[in-house]
Amino acid sequence: MAKKKGEGYLSAKDSRRISKENRRVTKAFEKQHKRKNVPENEYTTQMHNPENTLEIDDLHSYFFTDVGTVKSVDGVSFDVPTGKTIGVVGESGCGKSVTSLSIMQLLQRPQGQIVSGEIRLNVGDKVIDIAKAPTEVMQHVRGNYVSMIFQEPMTSLNPVFRIGDQVDEVLLLHNAENKSKEEIKRRTIELLEMVGIANSEGVYKMYPHELSGGMRQRVVIAMALACDPKLIIADEPTTALDVTIQAQILDLLRQLKDRINSSIMLITHDLGVIAEMADYVVVMYAGKIVEQGTAEEIFSHPCHPYTIGLMASKPVVGKKVDKLYSIPGKVPNPVNMPDYCYFKDRCEMCLERCSGEYPHEISLSPTHKLSCYRYYDANKEGEING
Amino acid sequence: MRKFILKRLALSVLILFCVTFIIYLIMRCLPSSFVESRAMQLATAPGAKPYEEWLSQLNAMYGLDKNVFLGYLGWLKDFCTGNFGDSWKYTVPVVEKFNDTVWLSFIMGTISFFFEIIIAVPLGVIAATKQYSRTDYAISTFALIGISLPSFFFATLLKLLFSVKLRWFDLIGIVSRDYAQLTPFGQFLDKAHHLVLPIFTLTIVSIGSLMRYVRTNMLEVLNADYIRTARAKGLSERKVIYHHAFRNTLIPLVTIIGGSLPGLFSGALITEQLFGIPGIGYTSYYAMVIGDIPFSMFYLTFLAVLTLLGNLISDILYAVVDPRVRIA
Repeated sequence: MAKKKGEGYLSAKDSRRISKENRRVTKAFEKQHKRKNVPENEYTTQMHNPENTLEIDDLHSYFFTDVGTVKSVDGVSFDVPTGKTIGVVGESGCGKSVTSLSIMQLLQRPQGQIVSGEIRLNVGDKVIDIAKAPTEVMQHVRGNYVSMIFQEPMTSLNPVFRIGDQVDEVLLLHNAENKSKEEIKRRTIELLEMVGIANSEGVYKMYPHELSGGMRQRVVIAMALACDPKLIIADEPTTALDVTIQAQILDLLRQLKDRINSSIMLITHDLGVIAEMADYVVVMYAGKIVEQGTAEEIFSHPCHPYTIGLMASKPVVGKKVDKLYSIPGKVPNPVNMPDYCYFKDRCEMCLERCSGEYPHEISLSPTHKLSCYRYYDANKEGEING
Repeated sequence: MRKFILKRLALSVLILFCVTFIIYLIMRCLPSSFVESRAMQLATAPGAKPYEEWLSQLNAMYGLDKNVFLGYLGWLKDFCTGNFGDSWKYTVPVVEKFNDTVWLSFIMGTISFFFEIIIAVPLGVIAATKQYSRTDYAISTFALIGISLPSFFFATLLKLLFSVKLRWFDLIGIVSRDYAQLTPFGQFLDKAHHLVLPIFTLTIVSIGSLMRYVRTNMLEVLNADYIRTARAKGLSERKVIYHHAFRNTLIPLVTIIGGSLPGLFSGALITEQLFGIPGIGYTSYYAMVIGDIPFSMFYLTFLAVLTLLGNLISDILYAVVDPRVRIA
C-alpha cells in the first residue's frame, strides 16, 4: 500500500476539505455581487491621478478550483493613461486575460473571483471601483464605459442572430434615450461603415456565418465602439486572423482610438504588434508583473531576464540564426507557487540571493519598474545595460 | 427548400418499402402463428377435421400459403389501394380497431409530452445556470431517479401509494363501475380521473433524460464565446440566458421534439398494460403476441411513416431555429 504519492496527489479528505472551503469562500463573494441597491459610496472612489482612465492597484484574482486555489493574478498594479495604449505581454497562462476579464468582472464565476485590490475606472463624473462594484452596476459599465474585443472572431458572435440586431442591442442597452428604431439602425450602419465594412446595409441583415473572420472581427470592434467607451480591452484581437487582415485591424483600432479619444489595453503575445501599437508595455509572468515601462524602455533596454528572453526569442529580419532562442523550462505549478522569484528556475542569470523571498518592485526611472534582484544595487550605481 | 423537401419525401417512400418488407418478413417468421393456434383450437372440437386439414384450409384463407415475397407483394397491393384488411384477432377492420384505440393513447401521450417539456426544459435551464449548486444537485438527483426507475416499478409504487393506501384512484381500467349511469360530462371526468396515474408515470419516467439533455446543451452554450460577448455588452443575466443562450439550446432540442412525433401515437405498451388501459400500445401488443399480421403491419407501418415524417419536420424546424442550415 505504501505507494509513492506523486506530485499533485490529493487524498479524498483533502479534496473534500478544499471543495467545502471553496464553496464557502465563493458563496460569500457571490452574495456580495448579487446585492441590489448598494449605496454608491461603497463602490465609488478617487483616482490617484486624474489623467488616468484606469488604475489597477494590487489586484488579486484567484480561481478556487478543486485542486486548490490558483492565484492567476497575484498583486498586479498598473495605470492606463487617457488616450494611450497599454500593451500587456507574457506567455499563455500568465494572467493577461484574467486581468482583463477582472476589469470587466467577467471571470468564470463562481470559481473565479477578484479577491482583493482596487480597479479604479474614471467614467467622467465619478470613479468606480470595479473590484467592489455589484453586478447591477457592472452591467451599466460593460459595453458602455469599458468594452472588450475578444480573441476568437469566429465564435464571439451569436450564430442565430443577425449582425444588425447584435450591434443594435448594445446601443439599445446603453444609448437608447428616446431614440427611435430607425435612428439606432442608422447608427449601427454608421458604425459598420466606420470599421470599414463596405456593404454595411447588406451586412446589417446577414448572419455571422455569412462573414469571414476579418469581417466578423470588424463587427465585434463596431460593437465594442458603439457607446464610445473610455477603455477598450483588446484581448489578442488579431491572433486568429491572417497577417494582412491583422495589419488592417490594428490600423483600424489605432485610428478609432484617436477619433473617440479612448484608451486601449492591448493583450497579445506578439511583440511585433506591441512595438507597433503600444505607448506603455507591461510584461507579466506567472500572475505578477515582472517589468513595466514605456515601449521605448522595454524594447531598447529590457532589464528583467524574462523580458530579455522574450526579446531574444523573437525572430529578427536580416539576422541569421541557426535556431530561434527559447526560454528553457516551464511556468511553475500555479497551485503551489514557490516563495522565491517565480522565474528563478528558468533564469540563466540568477544570483545567489535569488533564493530569498520574491523580489519587490524597484524603479529604474519614473516609468520603468521591475522586480529582480539583479537590479537592487544597479539603480544606485546607475549602470543599466540592456 | 421545396426541392429539399420533395427529395426527402421521395427518399422516404423508398425507405418505407424497405421497412415494411422487413416488418412483414419478421411477422411471418414469428414463432407464434395465428393460423396454427387457430387450427389447433378448431381441431380439438368434437368431430372436427384433423389439424393438418384445418391448417391448410386456414393458410389458404388467410393468404399464408404463398411464400414471403409474394405475400408481401399481395399485402403491398392491398395497402396501396387503401384496403388494410380485417384484424384476425379482433375480427373488425384494422382501421376501425386502430381508430378506436389510438386516440386514447394519443391523448395520454400528448398530455405527458406537454408536461415533460414544460417541466424538463425549465429544470434543465435552471440546473445549468446554477451548475454545482444545491439546486443543480437536487434537480439532477431527481432526474436520475426518473431515468433509473423502470416504468413498471414506478407505476407499481404509485399504485401502492395512491390506489391501495390512499384509495384516491382505481387500481386498473379506464372507467369506473358506474360509468354507464354517468352524464356525458361525468363520463369525461371519470376517464380523466383514471388517466391521472398513467400520465404521471409516463411524465416522470421521461423527464429525466430530456432534462439532462437540456442541461448539457445549456452548459455547452453558456460556456461559448458569444455568451461572454453578450455579457461584455452589459446585458442582464436574464437576457443573456433566455435570449442569447436559449435560442442556441433550442437547436438540438428541436431534433428531439421532432423525433418524438411517433411516440405520441405509438402508445405506452408497458404503462397501458399495467393500468389496464385499452390504448394502442395495449391493443397492438396482444395483436402481435397472437400473430395478427394485418393489424401489426398497419400499426408498424403507421409508426414508420410517422418516424420519417418526424425526421422531416425536425429538419425543417432545424432550419427555422438555426440560420446556418437554411438552404436557399
